[in-house]
Amino acid sequence: MFKLWVSIKKDIRILLRDKVGISLMFVMPIILVVVVTSIQNSTFQLVNKNKLPIIICNTDTGKSSVQLIESIDKIGMFKVSQIPKGHEKTILDDMQSQDALLGIVIPANFSAEVNAKAKSASDKAMAAFSGQTDTVKNTIKKETSGIGPLTLYYNPVLQESLRFSIQGAIRSALQLVQTRETLRTLYYSSNEKELPKSLENEMLNSNTTINMLPVSKDGTRITPNASQHNVPAWTIFAMFFVIMSLGGSVVREKVSGSFIRLKTLPTNYLVGLLSKQVTYLGVTLLQAVVIFSIGIWLFPYIGLPPLNLPQDLFALFIVTLVCGWCAVSYAICVGVFAQTQEQANGFGAISIVILACIGGLMVPSFAMQGLAKTLSNFSPMHWCLQAYYSLFLEGGKLKDVLNNIGSLFIITVIIQFITYLGLKRKNLI
Amino acid sequence: MAVAQSFAVSIENMSFRYPDNADPSFTDLNLQIPKGTRFGLFGPNGAGKTTLMNLMTGVLTADEGAIKLLGYTAGGPDKEVNKLFGFVPQDFSFYQELSPAENLEFFGAWAGLTKTEIANRTNELLHILGLDDVRNKAVEKFSGGMKRRVNLAIGVIHNPQVLVLDEPTVGVDVQTRHAIITYLHKLNKNGTTLIYTSHQLSEAEDLCEQIAMIDEGKIITQGHINDLLKEHKHDSLEELFINLTGKAYRN
Repeated sequence: MFKLWVSIKKDIRILLRDKVGISLMFVMPIILVVVVTSIQNSTFQLVNKNKLPIIICNTDTGKSSVQLIESIDKIGMFKVSQIPKGHEKTILDDMQSQDALLGIVIPANFSAEVNAKAKSASDKAMAAFSGQTDTVKNTIKKETSGIGPLTLYYNPVLQESLRFSIQGAIRSALQLVQTRETLRTLYYSSNEKELPKSLENEMLNSNTTINMLPVSKDGTRITPNASQHNVPAWTIFAMFFVIMSLGGSVVREKVSGSFIRLKTLPTNYLVGLLSKQVTYLGVTLLQAVVIFSIGIWLFPYIGLPPLNLPQDLFALFIVTLVCGWCAVSYAICVGVFAQTQEQANGFGAISIVILACIGGLMVPSFAMQGLAKTLSNFSPMHWCLQAYYSLFLEGGKLKDVLNNIGSLFIITVIIQFITYLGLKRKNLI
Repeated sequence: MAVAQSFAVSIENMSFRYPDNADPSFTDLNLQIPKGTRFGLFGPNGAGKTTLMNLMTGVLTADEGAIKLLGYTAGGPDKEVNKLFGFVPQDFSFYQELSPAENLEFFGAWAGLTKTEIANRTNELLHILGLDDVRNKAVEKFSGGMKRRVNLAIGVIHNPQVLVLDEPTVGVDVQTRHAIITYLHKLNKNGTTLIYTSHQLSEAEDLCEQIAMIDEGKIITQGHINDLLKEHKHDSLEELFINLTGKAYRN
C-alpha cells in the first residue's frame, strides 16, 4: 500500500504541474459545456419562445392569399413581414438584408386556384350527396390539376429537422385556407347563402388541445431543458478527454528513461498503472463535480436554465464512477499501444470524437439506423449517456441504470484485458 | 534462489538478438565480474555496452544462456534480486517535473524502502551530492551536471550491492565529474561492486581495476588494467583501445 500511495502522490504532483493537461481536462470541457448549452438553449428559445422571421411576397390579389398570410401569422411560430408585389425576384436579397431565415412567394393565381379546387370538391360532394355517381366520375375527370406550388426559400443554416417543422406548419396553414374555402363553397351550393362565421369557426377550429408531458420513471414532471440534455452529455466527453493528459503520461513514462529504471526495481509496473487509474479516476469525479456545479449554480447567472440533479444521487455517483473508470482505462490502453506522445494525443482525440458520434452525444442514438445503431452499442459513451439520461431526464433510480452500468463494466474489463495483453506483448510487465 | 559465489555478475554462453535486427548482438558471450571490484566495460559506439548492461539488469532478456546477478537469474521471476543492484542509465531516468526529494521518495518506495529509510537516505544523498539547497525544486530547471547527480542518487537510494553505471559522467563539468567519481570510490570501499562504462578512458583508468573491451558483440580482451597495458605494450588505455578496435568511425 505504501508503494501505491507514494505512486499516487507522484502522479498527483506531476498532474498538478502539467498546466496544459489541467486546462485540457477542466477548462476546455467547461467552456464546451457552457458554449454548447448556450447554443442549444438559444435554438430552443428561437423555436419555442422567439419567432422565426419570414418575408412573404404576395403576388396574388385574391382573398385566399390574404387568409393564408393571416393563418401563417396565427401559427405563432413566425414573425411575418411582407414585401410589395413585384419584388419577388429580390426576395433573396431582402432575406439577407432583413435577417429573415425564410421567404415565401405566393403565386399570382393562388386565390383563383384555391377557389377552383374548392368548387371542384364542392361539386363532387354535392353529386355524391344526391347519389349521382356518374356526375362524380365526370367531375373527377374534369378536375383541375391542383394548386400551383408556393415557393419557400430558407437560409441553409436552418437544420433539416427545423425545416421539416416549418414545412409542416405552413402546410397546415395552407390546408386551413383550402378547407375554409371548400366549406364556404359547399355551404353556398347547398343553402345559397354565406356560411355563418360562428359555424365556420366551430367547424375549422380544433377543440382538442395537446398536452405535452414528459414521461418520467419517478412520476415527476420536470420539463427537460438544454442544460439537462447537454451537461451530462458533455461531462462524459470531458471525462474521456483525460486521454489528452493520461495517454501522453503513459507514453512519456514508457519512452523516457524513468521506465527503464522502473523495470529494474522490485515493484511490478501494474502498481504504477493502478496508481494512474486511482489518480485519474479522482480527476474524472472532480470534473463531474465541477461541471455539474457550474450547471447548477453558474448557469442561472448567465441566462441558462439551471441543471437539476437527479433524485438518486447514489446512482449518479455510481454511474459517474464507472464512466470515469472506463475513460481512464481507455486512456491507459491508448497510452500503452501508442509509440509516441503525438500518436497518443492524435489518435486519442480523434477516437474520442468518433466514440462520441457513434455513442449518441452528437446525434441521438434513437435517431440512428442500421449499422450506426449497432455500432453505438460498442461505444462506452453510449452506455454512459443512456445511464445519465435515465437519471437526469427520466427520474430513474439505480435499478433503472444497472443494465447500462453492466454494459459499461464489461466494456471496461475488455479494455483492461487488452491493455494487459499490450503490456505483456511489449514486455512492460 | 541465490547460491554462495564470488561473482557479482556471471554470464555464460549468452546470446541475444533484437527482434528487429537480423544479426545477433551477442553470441555465446561469457563474462565474470568479481564481487567488490570496480569493473569497466569499454567499446566503440554500437559495440553493445548498453545492451549488455540492460541484459544484466533484466531490462532485456537473453535469448539463450544464463546471466546471474549475485546468483539470481537476471530478469527472472524472483524480484528479490532487484533489491540487490542499482542501475544508473545513461539517459536521465527520473521525473523531470518532480524535485530531487520527490524523485527519491518515489524510487525509494519502489526499491522497497520504508518511509523512514527513504527520509534518512534522501538527506544523506542530497548532502553528499551537493543537492541540499535544491532538494525541493523541479529537476527540469537543473543544469546537466545536477541532473547527473540526481540520476546517481536515485540509483543508490537503496544501498545496492552491485551498481551498474552507463556513462554516469557524460556531459558534466570537471567539478561534477570529480564529485561523482569520488562518491563511487567511497561506495566501492564500502563493498559495492561497480560496473561502469564510459568513453572517458582517462577517467576510467582512475576508477576501474578491471576492464573488458567489447566490439561487435564480442569481448576482445579482459583483465586488470595494468596487466593488459603490459601485455599489449601500451602506456594508456586510450592507446590500447585504438589498437584493439581500430581507427575507423563507428555508428
